[in-house]
Amino acid sequence: MVPLNHYLILSAAIFAIGVVGVVIRRNLIVVLMSIELMLNAVNLTFIAFSRFLGSMEGQVIVFFVMAVAAAEAVVGLAIIISVFRHRQSLDPQEMQLLKW
Amino acid sequence: MEDGYPRSSILHRRFWIVMTLLRYIPLLPLAACAINMFFGARLGKKSAGLLACAAVGASFAVAAYVFMLLPATGVFRDTLYTWFESGGFRVNVSFQVDALTAVMLLVVTGIGFLIHIYSLGYMDHDEGMVRFFVYLNLFIFFMLLLVMGDNLLLLFVGWEGVGLCSYLLIGFWYQDRNNTIAGNKAFIVNRIGDFGFVLGLLLLVTELGRQGIWTLDFGELQKHVNMLSPATVTAITLLLFVGATGKSAQIPLFVWLPDAMAGPTPVSALIHAATMVTAGVYMTARLHFLFALAPQTLSLIAVIGAATAFFAATVALTQTDIKRVLAYSTVSQLGYMFLAVGVGAFGAAIFHLFTHAFFKACLFLGSGSVIHAMGGEQDMRKMGGLKDHMKVTYWTYVIATLAIAGVPFTAGFFSKDLILWQAYSSAHGSQGLWLIAWLTAGMTAFYMFRQLFMVFHGSSRADPHAQAHLHESPAAMTVPLMILAFGSIFSGWLGAPEYLWGSRWDHWLEPVFGGAHEAGHGAVQTEINLMLLTLVIVAAGIALAYAKYGRPRTAVDQGAAGVLYRISLNKYYVDEIYDWLLVRPFTAISDWLARVFDPGVIDGIVNGVGARARGASAVWRALQTGNVQHYVVGFLAGTLALLAYYLRQP
Repeated sequence: MVPLNHYLILSAAIFAIGVVGVVIRRNLIVVLMSIELMLNAVNLTFIAFSRFLGSMEGQVIVFFVMAVAAAEAVVGLAIIISVFRHRQSLDPQEMQLLKW
Repeated sequence: MEDGYPRSSILHRRFWIVMTLLRYIPLLPLAACAINMFFGARLGKKSAGLLACAAVGASFAVAAYVFMLLPATGVFRDTLYTWFESGGFRVNVSFQVDALTAVMLLVVTGIGFLIHIYSLGYMDHDEGMVRFFVYLNLFIFFMLLLVMGDNLLLLFVGWEGVGLCSYLLIGFWYQDRNNTIAGNKAFIVNRIGDFGFVLGLLLLVTELGRQGIWTLDFGELQKHVNMLSPATVTAITLLLFVGATGKSAQIPLFVWLPDAMAGPTPVSALIHAATMVTAGVYMTARLHFLFALAPQTLSLIAVIGAATAFFAATVALTQTDIKRVLAYSTVSQLGYMFLAVGVGAFGAAIFHLFTHAFFKACLFLGSGSVIHAMGGEQDMRKMGGLKDHMKVTYWTYVIATLAIAGVPFTAGFFSKDLILWQAYSSAHGSQGLWLIAWLTAGMTAFYMFRQLFMVFHGSSRADPHAQAHLHESPAAMTVPLMILAFGSIFSGWLGAPEYLWGSRWDHWLEPVFGGAHEAGHGAVQTEINLMLLTLVIVAAGIALAYAKYGRPRTAVDQGAAGVLYRISLNKYYVDEIYDWLLVRPFTAISDWLARVFDPGVIDGIVNGVGARARGASAVWRALQTGNVQHYVVGFLAGTLALLAYYLRQP
C-alpha cells in the first residue's frame, strides 16, 4: 500500500506547480488552468486523508470543491472571452488599469 | 367652554359655531395668497387683486361677527390640532379671541381691507401686482396669527412671519438696489430684536419648567407666572422688550422704519398703521401680567418710550421727504404707546394704537395719493398748492393731520391726552415723563402742519410737466381715504375722558387687563388743566408752522441752517454712528475672515490634512500596481509567513 506521505508530497508538488503557474504565466487561460491544478491538488489531499482515516467527510468536501471549481471555470472563461474580445490579448501584464 | 353660558342653550350653540369660525379669519387670506401664488398669473392682475381684497374683506366680516357676539368677559377659542407634544409640554395650533384680540382683529382686517382696496388703484400700473397681493395677503395672515395665537409660540410664528413679509414688501421694487438694501436693513434689525425675543421665550419656558409647569398658553402662563422670582421676571421681560423695540421701532432699533419707506406706499401704511409695528405693543399688552411683575422693566420701557417719542419728533421737524416725516411721526407715536405701557396703562396704549391706525393709515394713503399725482415725486420742497387739484385727498389729509396733532374732538386728542394724563398721574408716571410727552405733542403739531402747508398750500413748486399731470386719484383710492378720515375723528370718541362722556374703552378691555390696568385717579380738575396745557402747546405748534410755512409765497426752508437744524435734518447721524460703531467693524471682521482667516486657516487645515494623507500614501500606493500577479505574490508571501508562524517549533 502506498503510504500517505507519498500522496501528500505529490499533492504539494502539484499545488506548487499551480502557484508558480498563476504567478509567472503570461496567458490568462493558463493561469486559470493553474488555479484548477491547485484545487485538484487540494482534492487529492482530501481524498488521501479520507481513505486513510476511513471517513467520508473528505470525499463530500471534494464534491463541493468540484462543483465550485466548475462554476468558477465557467465564470472565469466567460470573463476571459470578453476581455479578449476587447483587447485582442490575454496577457495579464497588460491589464493594469484598476489602480490609483 | 369659557363663555359662562349654560350648555345646550341656543346661545351656546351659536357660540360653538362662532368658535369654529375663528379659524377662517386667518385662513381666508392664506388661501387667497396660495391661489394667487399658483394661479395668479393665469387669473390676471384684476381678478387676482379682487380675490385678495375679497379674502381680507370676508375675514373682516367674520371678525366683525365674532366681535358682536363676544361677551364682555368671554374668550372664544378654536383649537385646530396639537402642534407638538413632549411629555407634559404641549403646544396647540389654536386661536383665541378676547377683548384685546378683538380690537386688534378689527384693526388688522379692517384697515388692512381698506389698504387692499386702495392698492387696487395704486398698483394698477405695476407689473408685479399679483406678487404684491400675494405678499400683502401673507402679511395679513401672519399678523392675524400673531394676534390670534393662544400661546406665545404661535405669536412668535406670526412675529417672524410679519418680519419676513416686511422684508419682501419693502424690497418689492427689487430692481432698485436701494430698496433691497432697505429691505435687508429692516430684516436684519428685526432679527436682532427677535433674538432677544427668542431668548426671553426660552428663559420663560425653562424657568417655569423648572417649577414643573411646562406651558406657553397665555391663560396658563397668567396663572403660574407668580411662581417666578422677581429677578427672572425682570430678565424675561427685558429680553422680550428687546424684541418689541425691534418690531415696534423703539430706541435703539428704530432705524429700519424710516428706510422702510422704500416699499410701495400702501405697504408703508400697512406696516405703520395696522400691522407690524403694533406687534410689539400688542405683545407687551398680551403679556401685561408678566410686565406688571417687573417694575424696573416697566420704568425702562416708559423712559425709552418717552425718549423715542421726543427724539423721533425732533427728527421729523426738518425732513423734506413726505413719507419720511410720516415715518418719524410713526416712531414718535409708537413711543407714546410704549410710554403708556411703561406707566402701566395698557388700555391707553391699545387705545392709541387703535386711533393711530386710522389717522396714520389715512396720512400714508393720502401721501400715496399725492405721490401718485406727482408722478413719483416725494420731495415736499417740489410740491405746494395741491389743494385745488385734489380736493378729497386734501380734506382727508387735513382731518388726519388734525387728529394726529391732537386737536379737540378728533381721535388723536382723546388717545394722546389719555396717555399724557396717565404719564402724569399713574403710580409709575412722573412729571418728567409728562413734560417730555407734552413737548412732543407740540412738535407733532408743528411738523404735521408744516407738512400740510408745504404740500397742499402756497403756490406749486413742481416743474410744469408735473403740474400739467396733476389729477385726483381714482375712487378705489379716495373712498378708503374718506372712510379712514371718518375713523380719524370718531374712533377716539369711544375713549373719552370722565369729564366728557366717559370711556367705554376701559370697560371693554378691563377683563383682559384687570388689576394690571392702573387707571390714574387724580383730580378731574388737574386732568382738565393738563388737557388745556396740551392744547396750548398744540396751538403754539400749529401757529409756528403757519408763521414759517403757511403764508403764501414764503420760500421753503429759508436757509435756517443752524447746527441743531443740521443735526435734525441728518437724523442725529444715528445711521452714521451705527455704521461706524457696528456695521463697519462687523463688515471689516467679516471681510478679514473671508479673505484671510477662511482661506488661510480653515481651508488650510482641511487642505493640509488632505495633503499630508496624500504625501504619506505616495509611498504605499506604489504597491498597488494593478497587476493581479503581483497581488498573488503578496498573497502567497503572506500565507507562507502565517504558515511559518504557526508551524514554528515551540
